[in-house]
Amino acid sequence: MYTMRPAEFDYHAPTSLEEALTLLAEDEGSRPLAGGQSLIPLLKLRLALPSALVDLRRIPGLDEISANGGLTLGARATHRSVAESDAVRSGWPALAELAAQLGDPQVRNCGTIGGSISHADPAADYPTMLKALGATVTAKGPDGERTLAADDFFQGVFATALETGELVTSVTVPALAAGTGAAYVKHRHPASFYAVAAVAAVVSVEDGACTDARVTVGGVTAPPAHAEAAAEALRGSSGSEEEIAAAVAQVPEALTGARGDTYASGEYRTHLAKVLAGRAIAAAFERAAA
Amino acid sequence: MTVTEERQTTTLVGESVKRVEDARLITGEAKYLDDLNLPGMAHVAILRSPYAHARINGIDTSKAAEHPGVIAVYTGKDFEDLPALPCAWQAGGVENFVNTPRVLEIDRVTFTGAAVAVVVAETKYAAEDALGLIEVDYEPLDVVVDVEAAVAEGAPQIHENAPGNIVMDWSIGDAGATDKALGEADVVVKERLVNQRLIPTPMEGRGAAATYEPSTGEYTVWMTSQDPHIMRLLMTAFVFGIPETKMRCIALHVGGGFGTKIFLYHEYVLIAALAQKVGRPVKWMETRRENYVATTHGRDHVAYLEVGAKRDGTITALKTKTYANLGGILSTIAPGIPTTLYGRMLSGAYRIPNISCQVLGVYTNTGMVDAYRGAGRPEATYLVERAVDLVAAELGLDPVDVRRRNFIPPDAFPYDPAGILNGLEYDTGDYEKALDRALEIVDYEGFRREQEAARKQGRYRGIGFSTYVEICGAAPSAWIGTVGEGWGASMWESAMIRVHLTGKAVVTIGTQPQGQGHATTVSQIVASELGIPIEDVTVELGDTLNAPFGYGTYASRSAAVGGVAVYNSLQKIKAKARRIGAHMLEADVEDVEFADGKAFVKGAPDTAKTIQEIAGAAALAYDLPEGEEPFLDDTTYYDPPNCTFPFGTHIAVVEIDAETGEVSLERYIAVDDVGKVINPMIVDGQVHGGIAQGIAQALWESGVYDEDGQLRTSSLMNYAVPKAEFFPPFEVERTETPTDVNPLGVKGAGETGTIASTPAVVNAVVDALMPLGIRHLDMPLTPERVWQAIEQAKA
Amino acid sequence: MHVAITVNGVRREADLEPRVLLVDFLRDLGLTGTKIACDTSQCGACTIHLDGTAVKSCAVLAVQADGGAVTTIEGLASNGGLHAVQEAFHDQHGLQCGFCTPGMIMTTVDLLAGNPEPTDAEIRHGLEGNLCRCTGYENIVRAVRQAAEVAR
Repeated sequence: MYTMRPAEFDYHAPTSLEEALTLLAEDEGSRPLAGGQSLIPLLKLRLALPSALVDLRRIPGLDEISANGGLTLGARATHRSVAESDAVRSGWPALAELAAQLGDPQVRNCGTIGGSISHADPAADYPTMLKALGATVTAKGPDGERTLAADDFFQGVFATALETGELVTSVTVPALAAGTGAAYVKHRHPASFYAVAAVAAVVSVEDGACTDARVTVGGVTAPPAHAEAAAEALRGSSGSEEEIAAAVAQVPEALTGARGDTYASGEYRTHLAKVLAGRAIAAAFERAAA
Repeated sequence: MTVTEERQTTTLVGESVKRVEDARLITGEAKYLDDLNLPGMAHVAILRSPYAHARINGIDTSKAAEHPGVIAVYTGKDFEDLPALPCAWQAGGVENFVNTPRVLEIDRVTFTGAAVAVVVAETKYAAEDALGLIEVDYEPLDVVVDVEAAVAEGAPQIHENAPGNIVMDWSIGDAGATDKALGEADVVVKERLVNQRLIPTPMEGRGAAATYEPSTGEYTVWMTSQDPHIMRLLMTAFVFGIPETKMRCIALHVGGGFGTKIFLYHEYVLIAALAQKVGRPVKWMETRRENYVATTHGRDHVAYLEVGAKRDGTITALKTKTYANLGGILSTIAPGIPTTLYGRMLSGAYRIPNISCQVLGVYTNTGMVDAYRGAGRPEATYLVERAVDLVAAELGLDPVDVRRRNFIPPDAFPYDPAGILNGLEYDTGDYEKALDRALEIVDYEGFRREQEAARKQGRYRGIGFSTYVEICGAAPSAWIGTVGEGWGASMWESAMIRVHLTGKAVVTIGTQPQGQGHATTVSQIVASELGIPIEDVTVELGDTLNAPFGYGTYASRSAAVGGVAVYNSLQKIKAKARRIGAHMLEADVEDVEFADGKAFVKGAPDTAKTIQEIAGAAALAYDLPEGEEPFLDDTTYYDPPNCTFPFGTHIAVVEIDAETGEVSLERYIAVDDVGKVINPMIVDGQVHGGIAQGIAQALWESGVYDEDGQLRTSSLMNYAVPKAEFFPPFEVERTETPTDVNPLGVKGAGETGTIASTPAVVNAVVDALMPLGIRHLDMPLTPERVWQAIEQAKA
Repeated sequence: MHVAITVNGVRREADLEPRVLLVDFLRDLGLTGTKIACDTSQCGACTIHLDGTAVKSCAVLAVQADGGAVTTIEGLASNGGLHAVQEAFHDQHGLQCGFCTPGMIMTTVDLLAGNPEPTDAEIRHGLEGNLCRCTGYENIVRAVRQAAEVAR
């Protein structure tokens, strides 16, 4: 069907988190609404048919960004606010850059980190970076609050560890240790701007040698995959071109079941992941040295 | 720019006059189809087939009809009395096996998105709700989407009356002589070229609204159209079977068309019929995904090319067998595009003595294919410009040298290209002039040096040329009427000009812009000729009421045909103004001239009657020359004696990221020659937009169906309409070689960019990859496709 | 649902189904300058300002704007004149069919508010949420540049 207007639903705009959780618990068909940039298009195409929307916009404090050692991003922090936040830009520049090239300006003005990660599009940007940075996701539900590692939160294509009635309240990113650099490199789909393939790299360098590394690939598998062998190959290295090339050669083994579509095959996405990994790792080394 | 003429006080032709259209458009005041709201208006949503090929065994509309807010639900059976739509341009000289859409399909669908039922409701929301409540019993049938598979033995048969899924089998040129020349050539290059399907994507989709007056039986139909007069003709004469006086067709502001709004769509007929059935005004506006599945697509050729040449690069023969995918059912002029507008332009800018072309129009279970900006000429230009580069590569020659060697020289015009234009001749041209200027801008020798240096560093940079010629200004009616052309219409144009009592001119034209700025361009001609301020000119268009018939806007004809109608009409008005002015000056007409808005005795311009005074006298009619009718007005019809043939050189410069296969477009240069230019700013704008669309075909856009006939690129989420970031600044210049076909010297500028740019970019990418031995790549040149080619070449 | 939204400085109240898109709400007020050109929130033709920032009004429910302030193309200029961005689009021939133009102008205003001196690359990046099929963006970029220069 070629619809462009949502089917009927009820709408609530609670003013407290508790009220929101009660509303979500009372109606299994209801869904939380944050910025709406993923959900509303689905409603228009009638690919999502919730019985009710619980709009989080009146709940105070959910859009706050605070840095106190680690970085805490409220679930309703918009991509634009992340991109423009001084705290994010100084402490986690790769995250600010990611937010600045996510979607388009209007989407960045509305879309939120909580909405994006709850939607868990396999081609989205945040999941890859959050996994690479070792971030945690805090969620609240009828049974109280829990904090999940990003590695556990993202489970598959549009699939997360969220239980029915549970919603994301914040995301916490640990501080980057001294000598640590992070970078995110993405190949955008020319129509949707989603990641065809993207790589987040985080490397820590001490006395010219890599002490720790994370290389996480998005867009190719769901959820994003840690290229552990590549990261392992980097540890102890100096980040030379040859060493990075050797590490990058190990990226594909993390990408079994690579997705393909009209635009790009799984084979090409896997290849792209290698190339982008090389670029992200090199950029991360540069940042670590800066 | 080449605008160097001195400005006369009232001469606006040739100047970059800012557009008179803009005031409404930049403030949001302009009304487009969906902005029309009539009292009591009901809203329409259309149910479309999810299958590419299926029998309809039954449709149950009862649940939908009961849904709150629903006024009525109809299926094809409710419109059985209305015939299938006309196919108004068929391939000439051969049998066409025609199948066209019904108002709603009744028992069979032949592509995904075919319309099978309709909901009329109080709101758009209710109409969409009810779509999901209609139950259709489909019996899926075997599907074929590939054009070559469709004509193979054993393929599913889509239409009973079209054996082998052939719409038509059309040929031109001397096949025997061409084969002989190929046999005698020093080299023969063969290639299979895919000109992929494109989805035109005007920003405004299609829509229609209608009212019906039972007391008179009169319809008023608003529609997104490039040619409202033709819409009225086709609907009244060929579908409703009523006099054309019983229907008024109106195009409001049209938000881009690019060809897609030329055609009579069954939805337009449906909306008119619904207004009558439900007795209320009704409106339908398609969604973007409807636009993608159900509005016409463009291109979609598979062409087998053979080109023969001498060792020095002289091309001696060009032959093609081309499969043109026309979709599951025929749009209004679908068979005309790959025949007349493609096959007849296969000589390009070159003196090719032997040309032969066979075109098979083919049904497949895909959306309709018809004219898309350029319409046939981009496909022809792509084939010819790739052919030249293939010859150059085969012989190890510079592609620029091969072009020069084969160019039709300036003294050869008018030029008959191997007889394939069926009696027409290229009007004027100076192809090397445009090429030389473009080479100068790009610094060709400098680039080749840089390219060599880059290659040594392992970088892939390339330059690509397109030295195109195209055909505009459709068309001389006598030629259209020639046996073998197959058109169902003429193609003259009209202008009606009234100079009111105050000297304000109202011009009614039959062309129908979708962004081209006709009101401005026509106002410039009027203001220049009559010597009145441009603010005193009003241009009316888009309404069949009170307007002379006009054929509309497509094929870059509005200036070269419509503009000339206006110009010719103005000459008659000036002649009458001169006669009345002479009478007012009490002088002989022979002693009086009309210039700069005044009639005066030759040599005595100080004693003059202004156009405003003359218009007033003509309107009052107290004292007119004997036998002179009151009022200063005229209606003129202009039938061009020939088409016009713009040309030019486009150059693309690219660099390829060999690791990812990404193509980076570094520079884009266009030197076009569209004859005389009325408004350089507007022409530049047309060229910019055309270039963007043509580059998009080369690099990003592709309408892809899967083997089940589902459109995989069915929305803006996956069909890559380019964004601002994708382009470098365009470097646009012109040479000016006026045409002798019309008194304005104008050729046409609406499609040159689209026609020229696609092969320039592909040629540049192939040039970049030449060291790897790559000679051809099919479009779009996505990163994966380029990367795969590099990998294979290295292996 | 009862909503109260200030539109171009005028408080508008209505009872709406929650599913009504902000773009439909605005267009039903007769403010048809805001266009709908896609169904997946890609094209940007429906761009308006909600509480001062550019948003796609097809991706916002009218109820989400309850209590908020909306500016549409019709409310951009004051005193019957033209906004500098509107003038720049006219001067530079930054529009042809005009269908994308209201959204393009609203995005440009927001872009220049955040970055008064954009480079050409930043202009092109800043317009990535708005599609135009007529101009090839060439003259749109020039228009944004002119508007930025005028503002300085």
